[in-house]
Amino acid sequence: MRRGILRWIARHPRSPGALLLGPGGLWLLAFFLLPILILLVYSVMPRGAYGGVQPGFTLEHYRRFLDPLYLGILRRTIWLSFLCTLACLLLAYPTAFYIARSGPRRNLFLVLAVLPFWTSSLVRTYAMIFLLRDSGLINRALMDAGLIQLPLRLLYTEGAVLAGLVYGALPFMILPIYASIEKLDPALLEAAEGLGARSWSRFTRVVWPLTAPGVAAGSLLVFVPSLGSFVVPDLLGGARQMMIGNLIQNQFGPSRNWPFGSAAAFAVMALVLVAMLGVLRMKGLDDEHGTSKGRGA
Amino acid sequence: MPASTPEQPAVEFRGVAKRYGSTPAVRDLSFTVGRGEFFSLLGPSGCGKTTTLRLLAGFETPDAGEIRLFGEAVNRRRPYERDLAMVFQSYALFPHLSVERNVAFGLEQRKRPAREIRDRVRAALELVRLDPGTFATRRPSELSGGQRQRVALARALVLEPRVLLLDEPLGALDLKLRKEMQVELKALNLQLGVTFIHVTHDQEEALAMSDRLAVMNQAEIAQVGTPAEIYENPRTAFVADFIGEANFLEGKAAGRPGGEAARGSLEGWVITGDAGSFVVPPHWAISEGGDVRIAVRPEWLDLWRPGCLPRGENGLPATIQDLVYLGETIHVRVTLANGRVMIIALRNEGQLIKPLPWNRGDSCIVAWRPEDCQVLEG
Repeated sequence: MRRGILRWIARHPRSPGALLLGPGGLWLLAFFLLPILILLVYSVMPRGAYGGVQPGFTLEHYRRFLDPLYLGILRRTIWLSFLCTLACLLLAYPTAFYIARSGPRRNLFLVLAVLPFWTSSLVRTYAMIFLLRDSGLINRALMDAGLIQLPLRLLYTEGAVLAGLVYGALPFMILPIYASIEKLDPALLEAAEGLGARSWSRFTRVVWPLTAPGVAAGSLLVFVPSLGSFVVPDLLGGARQMMIGNLIQNQFGPSRNWPFGSAAAFAVMALVLVAMLGVLRMKGLDDEHGTSKGRGA
Repeated sequence: MPASTPEQPAVEFRGVAKRYGSTPAVRDLSFTVGRGEFFSLLGPSGCGKTTTLRLLAGFETPDAGEIRLFGEAVNRRRPYERDLAMVFQSYALFPHLSVERNVAFGLEQRKRPAREIRDRVRAALELVRLDPGTFATRRPSELSGGQRQRVALARALVLEPRVLLLDEPLGALDLKLRKEMQVELKALNLQLGVTFIHVTHDQEEALAMSDRLAVMNQAEIAQVGTPAEIYENPRTAFVADFIGEANFLEGKAAGRPGGEAARGSLEGWVITGDAGSFVVPPHWAISEGGDVRIAVRPEWLDLWRPGCLPRGENGLPATIQDLVYLGETIHVRVTLANGRVMIIALRNEGQLIKPLPWNRGDSCIVAWRPEDCQVLEG
């Protein structure tokens, strides 16, 4: 085996591509592609009596997923992920802009931005519970200030889930946007101002189009993991704010319906794929536009 | 048209100062630029020339003094309220926009009708000799350095500014292209009648293109004048050294010239230094017994055999050190009695048919006419 690899290298001294990709590729094959194939197979097999599957073929699980109950969960998942992405974008863009223009202190700010990752996401989510629950910090402060008599219902709401999702995802939006703003040549802004562009116009005509790739990357990095999140909705949303991640987890856990869980997982994956293709297509179209116009001359 | 009378200069700086933290970027700048003039700000990096341009453009606000454009104070005006346009050193073309849209940017901001924009963009591209049919739809990344430069120029000129600011516009181009663009920029200046203000650290470029130039050093203007004034009458050692090549000589003013050296109408001073004595023309900065420093351009010097000095010329004994063949000229380096090295530029009359009669180690006299040296201030 080893000698085989050495012989292969000797024969192909100029193609290290396979060598570079080999280890990662094998890893993905064993721990990503294979399980997914198993999932795919499970999703079209009848449910076993005590978990697991029985031999056979059925599309029943996919049909079941079209039930309004589950579609409602799917709709809420997409809606929350969308809101989370939007909130992250609104919070991250000005932050990233400030960091990128803060000179030598920007490394400090970048460290601060990723600081929450130094603790586990579970701990951070529990911290949110301490903030939001009826006797939590926020309610206590508001009552002490005399602004409210009874505690507000903050925990186990859609808002709580959203807050938790945004908290966890924000750095994934800040970093790519920061990278794209940092690359922006300040002379471009001066050029735009010299040509008559007021500040809003400088933003819409120059800054935004040139940082859009960072926004697209950040949005993808926030939206996709939000779709699959289950810890945050489980702890902060309770049973009524279930997201698709909780549904899938339930099927593999208490409900012992592995085929249905697999089918739901595949439905989400298809959704992610469509979203990613959409973003890539947008970027691809834009590039094609530029070069084809140029070559057309 | 704003109220301004024809006799008012295009640009006027009155005691303008700007500091960054505790370091002054420019100090007490005062100069004027006439209408339609090609004016250069020349100096080494960090001398404040770019700050001066940015103050004029409105990207910086002066701490003191007043900047006037066509007679109107513009200190507080935004860049787009000054009726000027700038070509940036890096060109600062918008990478996401085609050439056409780059050039149209300023007109779009001014909300001009689409038809007018199209016509003016086309005219501006033709003005800088870029074929609109070929280049209009290209992105900046698909252009060469010289083409980008032309787009940046078109983007500024399409606005028909009254003053065009150029920040080291030719710095990134190779030598041949630079020479071409020098000629073209100068031609545009004459053709359009627009005032050009040009920042450069390349003294040759400044001499070749400018009607007048300001030499800057350490946040101040060292001298303002025409290229000939700057080159032939440098006022300070810095200017003499920065513009072209110069030989420097020092000594004390020993007295008025007498005897042969006083022939003709020349009044002046005899300067005595450790390399010998020489005569300089009269100058306000010289007083009896005071220190005097002069500059002499290499091409104003001549070489003679010992004992052959023409009448009325200054001569210092020297030894030939080496000859450097430069093509058009030959630089002869000689050592004076005090060890100082001087460079003499002799016209090359053909080394193969009429070689210079000098060899390393020969004794010689370095000679120049008293009026061909420049007494330096300070």
